[in-house]
Amino acid sequence: MNVQKQYIFSLVSNKKRMDNRSLDEFRKVVVENNPIEQAEGSATVTMGDTKVLVGVKLAVGTPFPDTPNEGVLMVGAELSPMAHPDFETGPPGEIAIELARIVDRGIRESHAIDTEKLCIKKGEKVWMVFVDIQPLNHAGNLIDASGLAAIAALINTRMPKLDEDGKIIYEEKTSESLPLKDVPIPITLAKINGHLVVDPDVEEEDAMSCRITISTNSEGNVCAIQKGGSSDLSMEEFEKAMELSLRKGKELRKHLKHHSIKE
Amino acid sequence: MSEGKRMDGRDFHDIRPIEMKVGVLKNANGSALVSLGKTRALAAVYGPRELHPKHLQNNERAVLNCIYTMAPFSTSDRVRPGPNRRSTEISKVTRECLEPALFLEDFPRTVIDVYIVIIQANAGTRTAGINAASLALADAGIQMRDLVTSVAAGKLNGHYALDLMGKEEEETDCDLPIAYMPRLKKLTLMQMDGNMPPADVKGVINLAIKGCEKLYDLQRKALLERWSKEVLE
Repeated sequence: MNVQKQYIFSLVSNKKRMDNRSLDEFRKVVVENNPIEQAEGSATVTMGDTKVLVGVKLAVGTPFPDTPNEGVLMVGAELSPMAHPDFETGPPGEIAIELARIVDRGIRESHAIDTEKLCIKKGEKVWMVFVDIQPLNHAGNLIDASGLAAIAALINTRMPKLDEDGKIIYEEKTSESLPLKDVPIPITLAKINGHLVVDPDVEEEDAMSCRITISTNSEGNVCAIQKGGSSDLSMEEFEKAMELSLRKGKELRKHLKHHSIKE
Repeated sequence: MSEGKRMDGRDFHDIRPIEMKVGVLKNANGSALVSLGKTRALAAVYGPRELHPKHLQNNERAVLNCIYTMAPFSTSDRVRPGPNRRSTEISKVTRECLEPALFLEDFPRTVIDVYIVIIQANAGTRTAGINAASLALADAGIQMRDLVTSVAAGKLNGHYALDLMGKEEEETDCDLPIAYMPRLKKLTLMQMDGNMPPADVKGVINLAIKGCEKLYDLQRKALLERWSKEVLE
């Protein structure tokens, strides 16, 4: 075990951290709305030194055959080497895919987007919502930063105009928002030396044995869970993680416009 | 659906008919077949063996490599061969749920390869794959802290329901697969899709843990069947 890890272990067992935060404290969170004009909606979230940009693009496409009257949601993530020296170019790897799928599941399972309202013509034309995650600086906890930026970008999204043939005129946005019903927030807990730690930075992520991400909605329901990493959790640890993610989710939701949907 | 029963007549706390067979493939160091109802998963284990290329080696521990794939003919719509986003994620969570059971630190610079192929799918493929992989690792003679067992649970018509099958996955309030080491009482995989209050999440997990305990007995029986016979012969 390296010295850094030992240091973090001993700090955590005394309920302390390198940057003097308490174990259940986030770094400073800032949400910047609509930094990208070309996107239908966008947001930048900074959490300490972590910075994630999410953009939403809309397109008109054909629905899936099993849901002919529903719009389509797609979440992607690209871990550019710009954001961290360990990230590599090329098609999305395991970490990027998992990141996108965790964020996707929180939004999809909470039914945050009323996809039936995204139907233009049943079986033929629906709105497709593309949410793309672009980390700019990875200093830990990409999942929570991406999840917050994604829902912020969706809240900021304005529908573009359609011409008579049903083609999008991207240059003309309407004042209409996406049909949003909920604000899901993923919260990740890192297990370090037997303790659960909120909003881990990169050094803490290197020291953690595993992590668990729990997405909760505005009503306080659980919408998605994902454990990651090479260790295990007891039921008691999971219950504590669930309590923390509900509490912290409520806290992060306050950074969003219209955070009061349902609340 | 009649009161108190499920589509296939099962009780809400029942797992589908289970079949477990160990040592089903000749070339692999360890192998197993696990069927949960119509879902059938094959797993093969090779190693610990030297890892190439060398720069992928870890000087402190063995690398566990898990590859989950679905056979093209395993579902009604043909599955396109090759990795996709779903299989990449399942491979990752499968690896991470098996790692806690292994003494990887005993085999530095090596790799343990686990190949899982779903030959028929009807819900619960990742859990069937994990049960098979755990058996294949034990069959390969790799020391383990515990067997890893896995099953999903959900909530159907107000009842917590174990081991969701086919159409039940569309009706459930949540789909919550876990992997569990019954002797150590530790959760090694937790995923969930759904929308449920925390108290229900707890209830569903507790039911899944009970299911894992049942699977544990069957896993041990399957291993004994394979290896006690070997010893007698």
